[in-house]
Amino acid sequence: MAFIQLTDVDLVYGAPNSQKSAQTLAVSSASLSIEHGEFLAIVGPSGCGKSTLLKLIAGLVRPNRGSVTVDGKEVTQPLKTVGMAFQNATLLPWRNVRDNVLLPLEIVEPYRSRHRTEREKDREHAEVLLDKVGLHGFGDRMPWQLSGGMQQRAQLCRALIHEPSILLLDEPFAALDTFTREDLWSVLQDLWSFRKCTIILVTHELREAVYLAQTVHVMCSRPGRILKTSAVDIPRPRTLESTFEPAFVDLVHDLRHHIGLGKKH
Amino acid sequence: MNTKSLERIAPWLAAALLIALWWLCVRLFGIKSYVLPSPLETMQAIYKYRYALFVHGASTLVSTLVGFVAAVVFGMIIGILVGSSRLLYSAIYPLLVGLNSVPKAALVPIFVIWFGAGTVPAVLTAFMLSFFPIVANVAIAFATIEPELLEVMRSLGASRRDMTFKIGIPRSLPYFFASLKISITLAFVGSVIAEIVAGNDGIGNVMLVAASNFNVPLVFAALVVVGLMGVGMYAIFDFFDRRMTKWSVRGDGGLQQSIGG
Repeated sequence: MAFIQLTDVDLVYGAPNSQKSAQTLAVSSASLSIEHGEFLAIVGPSGCGKSTLLKLIAGLVRPNRGSVTVDGKEVTQPLKTVGMAFQNATLLPWRNVRDNVLLPLEIVEPYRSRHRTEREKDREHAEVLLDKVGLHGFGDRMPWQLSGGMQQRAQLCRALIHEPSILLLDEPFAALDTFTREDLWSVLQDLWSFRKCTIILVTHELREAVYLAQTVHVMCSRPGRILKTSAVDIPRPRTLESTFEPAFVDLVHDLRHHIGLGKKH
Repeated sequence: MNTKSLERIAPWLAAALLIALWWLCVRLFGIKSYVLPSPLETMQAIYKYRYALFVHGASTLVSTLVGFVAAVVFGMIIGILVGSSRLLYSAIYPLLVGLNSVPKAALVPIFVIWFGAGTVPAVLTAFMLSFFPIVANVAIAFATIEPELLEVMRSLGASRRDMTFKIGIPRSLPYFFASLKISITLAFVGSVIAEIVAGNDGIGNVMLVAASNFNVPLVFAALVVVGLMGVGMYAIFDFFDRRMTKWSVRGDGGLQQSIGG
């Protein structure tokens, strides 16, 4: 069985006993298997249930039908082995960057119990991560002193500090300008080859999906379901140059075509 | 003169201007001192009755602070509870608004029936007036935590306690301090009202006795003392606010957010 397995999942938003018209079918008969260490992207128009899929995997919502299993176990409550990052950096404004990154260690076991005694080691760990994403020397800054792109880098560090086996990214670069975004693609690719955790990236940027992922799933809206799955066979490490190669462009073009089809239904 | 030092002396200038205007009105319209005493007469009254004003002022200050501290403790607890649970919010908040709409002066006679005249009604009235702004502000801070942040915390397996201490309370501090600055001034209003209606001592009692003797300069002297105590307490909380919630003011030299009472 795959590391993460969604089988025939339905999710309905709205009160369970309210009228049918007040309910929305956010995800319908979604099935997905994700291998250990896979980098997977989910693309689709806004409101197609992409983010809901992430919440299902994280155990933040429970499906109305079907099952979600991670590592062979049914997900019934929020997983603790997950890192999350969103479009808003959601850094705590009263903590400096390093203490923001260290937040998960104050909550997740086993770090929590030893956090007080091994403070120095944890700080070094945070510095290593900050260094990896290009924030060397920014640990003492406050979040508002950082640009949007730098805040996203810090958020990635916070999502990874407790060494989660799954990293869930919900349009993390959507609010950034193109150049910053392309910079962060390469940062994320490096992080993945360094950590080898399972990454699920939700995005509406097709180039981003093809640049980063091994597998791209296309979703369509109302009801949200998976239309198509494409493997990306472009060799790594991928660079900005790769995005101009015919194989890359063709794949983006093909995905775009399927999103267009999904909308017509 | 640069803007920084101008900003520093601006409040003193404004106060001086108000006193000048007051004095000008009294002189220009020839107002009698039993109607409106001049600033000088008020100052003379403060000096003449300094001992009584000090003793009764201290009594008012104590009643106010006791009521206020109780309001801070209960306000914080109720605010956190109401702000973190939607059910409690919808259950309790309308009740709180209703209670807050009751004129507090009307409660004083009830407190007197229950506890007798004296300090207890003053403490309770101070509590009643200063309680609500604290609850409302803390509750708002807790209720408006970004949903993504809650998701991050939940996905880490954070307990309610973690969320309250790591996110809720630090995040609510600027709101909390803003409410303290409103509440402390309201607490003075509460205790003085209660002392006027049913006090054996305190500044309110001084005002009542002075007014019935047509000693209007003393009434004004007492008002000035209450005003000064209010400003003093406000300044203390403002000082702590600036030190503890520096992060909520971006950059330096920015305008400090503060909602005055």
